[in-house]
Amino acid sequence: MNETLAPVREDETVEPSLPRGSLAKTAVTVLDECVVEIISDSGEGAQRCGQSLGAIAARMGNGVWTVEIIPAEIQPPARSVAGASGNRIRLGASRIANGGDGVDVVVAFNEQVLLGRVRAGELKPGCTIFLESMWRTHGDARIAAAYRETYEELVERGYLVVEVPFERLCKPVVPDPRRGKNMFVLGLLCSLFSFDLKLAREQVRLTFRKKSDTVVRANLALLEAGAAWAEDNLDVKYRIPAVRATEPQIVVNGNTSLALGVLASGMEICAMYPITPATSASHYLSEVFERVGGIVHQAEDEIAACTFAIGASYAGKCAVTITSGPGYSLKQEAIGLAVMCEIPLVVINVQRGGPSTGQPTKGEQGDLLTAIYGSHGDAPKVVMAASTIEDCFYSVITARKIAEAFNMVVVVLSDSNLATSQQPFPRPKFDEAWLAPPIDQSPVPFGTKPYDWNPDTGLIRRIVPGQPNGMHTITGLAHDRDSRVAYDPVINQEAIRARSLKLAALQKTLKAPPVFGDPEGDLLIVGWGSTRGAIEEAVTRARAEGLKVSSTHLHFLQPLQPGIREIMQRFGKVLCVEANWCDRPEDRLIDENNRRFSALAMMLRSRFLVDIDCWGEVMGQPIKPATIHDVIRARLA
Amino acid sequence: MSMPMHDCLIRMVEDDHPLEDYQSGIPRWCSGCGDNAVLAAVQRLCRDENLRPEKLAFVSGIGCASRFPHYMRTYGFHGIHGRALPIAEGVKMARPDLHVFVNTGDGDCCSIGAAHWLHAIRYNMNMTVVLHDNHVYGLTKKQVSPTSPKGLRSNTTPHGSYLDAMNPLTVTLGVTNVSFVAQAVDWIPEAVYAVIRAAYHHKGFSFVRIIQRCPEFLPTMWEPWLRDPEKTLLLEHEDGIAYSAGLQRIYKNRQAHDPSDIHRAREIASSIDPVPVGILYRDESVPCYEDVREAGKPRPIEMVKSGLEAELDKFTVWPDADETGRTA
Repeated sequence: MNETLAPVREDETVEPSLPRGSLAKTAVTVLDECVVEIISDSGEGAQRCGQSLGAIAARMGNGVWTVEIIPAEIQPPARSVAGASGNRIRLGASRIANGGDGVDVVVAFNEQVLLGRVRAGELKPGCTIFLESMWRTHGDARIAAAYRETYEELVERGYLVVEVPFERLCKPVVPDPRRGKNMFVLGLLCSLFSFDLKLAREQVRLTFRKKSDTVVRANLALLEAGAAWAEDNLDVKYRIPAVRATEPQIVVNGNTSLALGVLASGMEICAMYPITPATSASHYLSEVFERVGGIVHQAEDEIAACTFAIGASYAGKCAVTITSGPGYSLKQEAIGLAVMCEIPLVVINVQRGGPSTGQPTKGEQGDLLTAIYGSHGDAPKVVMAASTIEDCFYSVITARKIAEAFNMVVVVLSDSNLATSQQPFPRPKFDEAWLAPPIDQSPVPFGTKPYDWNPDTGLIRRIVPGQPNGMHTITGLAHDRDSRVAYDPVINQEAIRARSLKLAALQKTLKAPPVFGDPEGDLLIVGWGSTRGAIEEAVTRARAEGLKVSSTHLHFLQPLQPGIREIMQRFGKVLCVEANWCDRPEDRLIDENNRRFSALAMMLRSRFLVDIDCWGEVMGQPIKPATIHDVIRARLA
Repeated sequence: MSMPMHDCLIRMVEDDHPLEDYQSGIPRWCSGCGDNAVLAAVQRLCRDENLRPEKLAFVSGIGCASRFPHYMRTYGFHGIHGRALPIAEGVKMARPDLHVFVNTGDGDCCSIGAAHWLHAIRYNMNMTVVLHDNHVYGLTKKQVSPTSPKGLRSNTTPHGSYLDAMNPLTVTLGVTNVSFVAQAVDWIPEAVYAVIRAAYHHKGFSFVRIIQRCPEFLPTMWEPWLRDPEKTLLLEHEDGIAYSAGLQRIYKNRQAHDPSDIHRAREIASSIDPVPVGILYRDESVPCYEDVREAGKPRPIEMVKSGLEAELDKFTVWPDADETGRTA
């Protein structure tokens, strides 16, 4: 690893983020990893450029993690600090599992969107910036002045600013350079990172596969022009060692992965209501679900979406509803109904910042407790969390199976970090066992009770409408084994016991979570969900410094996997790291009697009676490995 | 191989369902409650149509009327307040082969579930929906409902309610894709049966409002209508309902109404005195959402597999055969 890539402290003088080239053009610097951002106004194609770069890198065999940079508004004003739209692509020699810390190379189509990233602290000191220079001579004097002022500021801060007249360079190639410069930039970056141009051409053809030949040819020409310009004008080239994959990989974001999981799980009905950031999963599903006989129903509201799914599950195969925080709150009463009636149901919650409308496009893990304890009364349900893009796919399949095996609600938690990030993973190999079996329509033996709770496991036999002799009315009211409204005081308690036991029955089938790092040490980090990549990278860095730290990541939050107590016992301290708030002990009013712990810490403390510490951050951005690394150092100081 | 004779006999008996095959438990509604009238009519309909009990699903929300499924020996789903319609829509989408009935009260349908009601009309899924409208909350002990007459003294409006009653018929007739609207009053059992039967035979969202008396909390509201047959308007048409000679002798205030005439239907719907009884509107041509969405289509494993593989193909990065294992 190149040492200049380590985070630079503020008190140090600014060193170049990346080694800079000499005039010897042949010099190729080998990097262990690099973080690139392409940012623009909305609609200038930065997303497409970034995603293509990520895909090419994946084809090269590099580790890749791409993150979308999304403005909150649909059409933010052009050239605005808040309007930055684009992609971050972290490239590495080995597997990459998070967006990394600071940016090494930025391509910006105007200086204002770039300022947004500078002010957010996303650029590494000394970072290389390729900046569209047409604004310098813009007809509007205010724009030209703003550009020059920003340019000066950036240079003064020690960034290496390379001014490139992107649109002017694209003009000879395409009539509308504003829309074409993204592929020029792709060519430039492919050259900069010594990517195989043959793969790049294939990727461009794939990206524009739905467009006409003319469009494909124009974009290929732009790619070549960008690469040629870089060869002629840049005095530096990087190469990130790669190992070409021997197995096919798929490159999708977390929401597409969830939707593919729905497809693969054999579920047939998805009822949803639009909400950020979950909606893109339903968008993709709407596009493809009908081809496999599935239906996406956009209901009139979140409650209708959930109850529609419950009705569909009740009468047919397990159904799914997809939402985000505020929508999840609205579904809570209906989720309680499914719990009470023991109807299988998969609920996907792609979490966002809360409470209330909160930060719709930003990530947080604030829905853990509401997922576990939500709905009124004692409503036990299964809660799982996906921690990688691949996990999104398989979690849905597992969730459907558990829902139908246990007649339970299974909540799958993802978040906006996973929703829009891409990471290659091995192409899933279809397995018939993923699918739900056909609906049972055989006659039910006389005397079968719809809620004949197994005294040990709490499990019941599911009876589906259409089965002769099985007729009964299910109800959200307390009910007896015949599903009759319960007026007997004992039966309510028996039913609650049975529904509770099902969690224990599931827990007995689970495995202990794996430990990342040594099985014993001074500090154990416990996490869940999308923080996994950052936590494990921070642990790796700290271990390289000799710190005795390991981590474990929980896939099941309810029930908790077995073996967690034993894992924790082998460490001096346990620290939960989450994208959730927890009171800071250093705050004047905070003491051990009033400190609010982060969600997972609260759960683990009550479960294991262990003095578990917690650290969390709710900055809306994915937690960076460097930040967690600092927390580890501080805890072990 | 032939079937033994006694099996055949059993089948024949099984296939012919007596009324008891649809009855379950003893209704806990008050004596004189209109819900009893609807239950009797629905059970009779099931028998007359010889419906297989396992193919029936009665879905309800919360309220006195929503106890309905418990008294049917069929599949039933007694859900949560206001959400009977979306639950029923899910049932129908997953299982177009089931006959779906919805029993909902005026609070359930017109207040807490009002949004679902409007959209259910628009979806026009093939189901029979009975609005048990007794103009008051009963289960929670006398609160004002959206269909309560203005001035009703209830536990939440001790000085009289403030707003005019909502008319569920005109609301329903105002929504896109409305395809069947009928009304009956609980004190004319023949009409209750006739409109529910017509609703059952209509393919689409059949909305039937039954005006009911609440003997506990609104015992006298409809007294003038009961005393004076002139205050009831029977709607007749060759495409509508034919009433018995006996009924026609009592209810002389009758009018021919073509159920395909939506403008006239809206006029009739807004009348409360006389109260219209019969089919107000019917349009068989409105497509059902479950048909539009091709619900119930067979879905072989091969279809799922090939669909998934095709999608995975879109996102797959294939290893280059000639350059595998290349390292830096």
